[in-house]
Amino acid sequence: MKKFLIRLNYQKWYNVLRDGIARNNPIVVTVLGICSSLAVANMVENAIAMGIGVTLVTMLSSAFIALIRNLIPSQVRMVTYMVVISTFTIVFEMFLKALTPDIAERLGAYVGLIITNCIVMGRAEAFAVKNPVRYSTIDAFASGMGYTFVLIMMSLIRELLSNGSILNFQFLGENWINWTIFAIAPGGFFIISLFIWGLRVWLKYYEE
Amino acid sequence: MVSITVLFEIFIASLLPFNIALASILGMCPLIAISTNVTNAKGMGLAVVLVTTLTAAINWPIYEFLKWSGTDTLDLLVFMITIAASVQFLELAMQKFLPSLYTAFGIYLPLITVNCIVLAVSLFFVNYDYGFLETVVFALGSSLGWAFAIVLLSGIREKLSVIADLPRGLKGKAIAFVLLGILALAFIGFSGIARVDPIQ
Repeated sequence: MKKFLIRLNYQKWYNVLRDGIARNNPIVVTVLGICSSLAVANMVENAIAMGIGVTLVTMLSSAFIALIRNLIPSQVRMVTYMVVISTFTIVFEMFLKALTPDIAERLGAYVGLIITNCIVMGRAEAFAVKNPVRYSTIDAFASGMGYTFVLIMMSLIRELLSNGSILNFQFLGENWINWTIFAIAPGGFFIISLFIWGLRVWLKYYEE
Repeated sequence: MVSITVLFEIFIASLLPFNIALASILGMCPLIAISTNVTNAKGMGLAVVLVTTLTAAINWPIYEFLKWSGTDTLDLLVFMITIAASVQFLELAMQKFLPSLYTAFGIYLPLITVNCIVLAVSLFFVNYDYGFLETVVFALGSSLGWAFAIVLLSGIREKLSVIADLPRGLKGKAIAFVLLGILALAFIGFSGIARVDPIQ
């Protein structure tokens, strides 16, 4: 078992995966991509839908860009990313509307804003244009998972305090007084700053 | 024809109580990254106001055309291309006619293409069924609100970096979120100011 773990450290896919989830966690370390999601991450359901959306769009567009990376002229690469990413976002939006109409209703315009999520663009520019399809997909998956993890943890705290429930299942009894502030913007800001603080101390990553 | 009062109300509502940065939490990446000093924040804010209002005004007729031709599922793709193209065009035009302003804006202009709020304003007017004038006023109000937020935040951060003795893990970006939270709390105080709710 121990031998297996040590050997794992020399595998490229394992390193790529670990970097995305922990060492380069997009929210905690680089503070990217919270634009489109902090506002709707006040319920666990929304956070899961948004996390899946971002992960899927990042994986698909990274894979596609890695596939055609030798055909993209470097002057127009940004526009190429934009077109690829928007196409996959539209596809995801249609899926969401068809599968879970009420979550799609609640997320509203925020699903479309996955396009401008810096993570998707960042992975395309930093990794997918230089690496083969296999590693690009793993890298995108890792970044998406790191993001989803933080989003779900945040929404757990926010939904519990603002509604007394998790996934619409009442946890704190009848007498719980809702902390409405956690359902709106200020609560989101405070929780994310506590998260960044905690994870940075844990990962020993500081900026001076 | 919309009356002046409605337009004014949309403007005030999108500027203060429904501030796009502090109530809808949009445009965070540049808000955090560029708010370390006031001069840069002002430049970025101005560029955002310009681009957001311009692209919303361009996107409105284009969306009407898409609705007319029945291809409005493609709105995201078309909006994105419009935004990228108009930012590029604005950059070229400025370089030619207003070189001093161009050097002042520097790298902020190309960065705006990926600023969430430019696309968000275009998506919101689709959701709320705004007319042309309402769209322009809404875009102006939202982007001015964003500029207001980034200037406020950068002022506080600049002072704080000199006088505060923070825990190591809170330094830099984490403390910016605490400040944003306090600012957002303060902006809730404006919530009675507007009768209409632009963000239903």
